Amino acid sequence: MTMKYKLPFTIKRRQWLRRIQDLGLIAVGVWFSPGTVFAKPEDAHAAIKTITGGAVIKEGRVKLTIPPLVENGNLVVLKVSVESPMTANNYVKSIHIVAEGNPVPNIFTAYLSPRSGKANLTTRVRLADSQLVWAIAQMNDGSFWQGSAETLVTLSACTEMV
Amino acid sequence: MSKTSRTSLTVPAQAKKGSIIEIRAIAQHDMESGFRYTESGKLIPRDIIRVFTCTYNNVEVFKADFYAGIGANPLIIFTTVAVESGELEFKWVGDDGYEAVNRARITVS
Repeated sequence: MTMKYKLPFTIKRRQWLRRIQDLGLIAVGVWFSPGTVFAKPEDAHAAIKTITGGAVIKEGRVKLTIPPLVENGNLVVLKVSVESPMTANNYVKSIHIVAEGNPVPNIFTAYLSPRSGKANLTTRVRLADSQLVWAIAQMNDGSFWQGSAETLVTLSACTEMV
Repeated sequence: MSKTSRTSLTVPAQAKKGSIIEIRAIAQHDMESGFRYTESGKLIPRDIIRVFTCTYNNVEVFKADFYAGIGANPLIIFTTVAVESGELEFKWVGDDGYEAVNRARITVS
């Protein structure tokens, strides 16, 4: 009789010990995960500074659209549009996309001309983490404008094994 | 050794003069970011497409620099003004001597 009552207790105790051990393994795993290679927001700010050369960036005119909640960071549809008449003396020269949580903050740079007609672009990007993404547009007069979007990524890109 | 792969384009065959046309270009490419590891813990070297250019009758109308943050099978949708009949050339250049060129004809009325 006594055995019957004691047995479940010992099993539970062992399971509990095993769980503690697993927690320790997870902690070690997190420590060595590729998360440590991800860029810090400072890297993104440095990337922005190399783009602008320290010039002032004004808010507005640029609209960046990414889904607010992303299930898989490997393919995220990113749309960017800049308000501009795109005439010979008033057009968007370039659009830069910078993400603060990716290993490489720069995602892409597009060079436009008055022959683009519209400053609208769509592409698919990778996002390593839940983060803020910036779109910076340079006009032909040299001024910079920016727009940003925040997103939540549940499954990160670039952490999976092959 | 140079590599290449399949690319696909969506360009309207006809357009009105002065109208804005939408172009979709996609390339078949893994866009290996250079941040992934194999199961044995070896880092996979970066292999991506770096530059995409579109020329319209030998005049460059669009160019984009890609980094590792662009997803596999890169897709880019952009616009250009239909100015004259002729040929559009799309060129993808990447790491390890990758190069792919695709052309489309357009009739502008």
